[in-house]
Amino acid sequence: MIERSIVRRALPHLFLVLALLVIVFPIWLVFSASTQTLADVLAAPMPILPGRHLLDNYSRALLEGTKNLGAAALNMVKNSLIMAMGISVGKIVISLLATFAIVYFRFPLRGFCFWTIFITLMLPVEVRIMPTYKVISDLGMLDSYPGLIMPMIVSATAVFLFRQFFMSVPREMAEAAQIDGAGPMQFFARILVPMSRTPIAAMFVIQFIYGWNQYLWPLLITTKERYYTLLIGINRMLAVGDALVEWPVVMATTLLAMLPPVIVVIVMQKQFIAGMTETEK
Amino acid sequence: MAKQYEFPGKGLPYLLVLPQMVVVFMFFFWPAAQAMWQSLYIQDAFGLSLTFVGLENYLKLFKDPLYLDSLVRSFVYAGLVAFTAMTVALFLAVQANRRIRGALFYKTMLVWPYAVATLVAGVLWLFMFNPNIGVVSYLLSKRFGVAWNYLLDDRQAFLLVTLAASWKQISYNFVFFVAGLQNVPVSLVEASAIDGAGSGKRFWRIIFPLLSPTTFYLLVMNLVYAFFETFPIIHQVTQGGPNQATTMLVYKVYRDGVFNLDLGSSSAQSVVLMILVIALTIVQFRFVERRVTY
Repeated sequence: MIERSIVRRALPHLFLVLALLVIVFPIWLVFSASTQTLADVLAAPMPILPGRHLLDNYSRALLEGTKNLGAAALNMVKNSLIMAMGISVGKIVISLLATFAIVYFRFPLRGFCFWTIFITLMLPVEVRIMPTYKVISDLGMLDSYPGLIMPMIVSATAVFLFRQFFMSVPREMAEAAQIDGAGPMQFFARILVPMSRTPIAAMFVIQFIYGWNQYLWPLLITTKERYYTLLIGINRMLAVGDALVEWPVVMATTLLAMLPPVIVVIVMQKQFIAGMTETEK
Repeated sequence: MAKQYEFPGKGLPYLLVLPQMVVVFMFFFWPAAQAMWQSLYIQDAFGLSLTFVGLENYLKLFKDPLYLDSLVRSFVYAGLVAFTAMTVALFLAVQANRRIRGALFYKTMLVWPYAVATLVAGVLWLFMFNPNIGVVSYLLSKRFGVAWNYLLDDRQAFLLVTLAASWKQISYNFVFFVAGLQNVPVSLVEASAIDGAGSGKRFWRIIFPLLSPTTFYLLVMNLVYAFFETFPIIHQVTQGGPNQATTMLVYKVYRDGVFNLDLGSSSAQSVVLMILVIALTIVQFRFVERRVTY
């Protein structure tokens, strides 16, 4: 009986550790490869333990890039960061404004605006690839930051989350502000937005990750290396014959691409989980 | 629904929704309309003339064995990815939700891979399973005698992208299942334990039914993910090959539009995909509504 209960208590740990191994192993392998020489990585099987070339590989990745691409990851980090920040901040700002209008004003097109935003939930960029590309190209926004950011900043999710929160703000707040002589924009900037810190933080985490991890869109509209994001750079570095791939440098770049969103999730785990599970409702 | 205080103002609300509306119309409705319009035309190779052909692009599409094949493949793939990712995540969530030491550590460790980009997931699996240098493919061929080469073998390629796509989605599902499990009233589970229900019975009779809203929500989200968001994995790992074994619908739209420059067909495919997403979204909301009244 006692034996059975020990087994029973150990079993969940066993499963969870196993799962962690499956989840962590591929990432460990990438880290390990990013610290070795190309010859080590190519010697099948490559060593599982890290080598001594961490600094070499990362500085090559950041400052020079692989031979076939010749673009430094430092610039791609910058591009990924601009895209991720542009998308997340852009989404939050235009959604806060729109939600403020929809919740706090009565105007003839209110319902229409709400449903218009709502419908965008159903049109992910993947289903409107070519025509969206054409619009951006007609506007002359290929290979530009606005082109990378603009089509991504509509967010029905953010509008939903903020709407939910605004509805729960006591109406006396707005009434009191109005009586004290504050205009709607003053109420918005001084009271409502500061009160919304929590949902804003939650949205920021989710949208930052979303923006950082965009792939198809930058793949379509960036042709100049100057505008490559990290993910596009990785794809281009791998687009050579098998033997020519400079694995250690590519793997160092891959790890760099993984790091920022992972750090954001770990640091802001609480907001992240709240944001994800709350937009469901 | 409690009504919120309303400010007076005629022009201001329009000004406030304007940025959002501009972006929605420019980058959502206009392109979507273009896709629908374009799908009714055939463009010549130089892009000089357009010929109205009605529904011919659609008819051709549904007569094209390659398209039908990709359609079936995508459904099988999406079903497998959703099933695998959800089953594993639910199992792990149940384990992590027990009163065990280090539960918080496990939860954190299982949540953060959510932040890993889909493309990166593809690169990780490609690196492990590379036929020449991959550690896992080395084990498979040297220890287990499996002739592993996903670049040549249809089924291995399909398996690889399915696994990579499922791996990436486990964290997402895990977050929701943990949240769902925490909402299951402990008293209910304890009561059934007192009534003599074993742990298996407790799970299937009490916990699983109570989780069904979460499960259903996740099912739709996982299908959407597999259909539309796993493009980077396909593009990076197999490029739709070998022999179109991993050519899913979104990949086909991309290839036909960008490389084959068959805009009519690509647009028709886009419209089919839109209908698919709209159908999934409607199913989702029908269900949510029912849950609310119930």
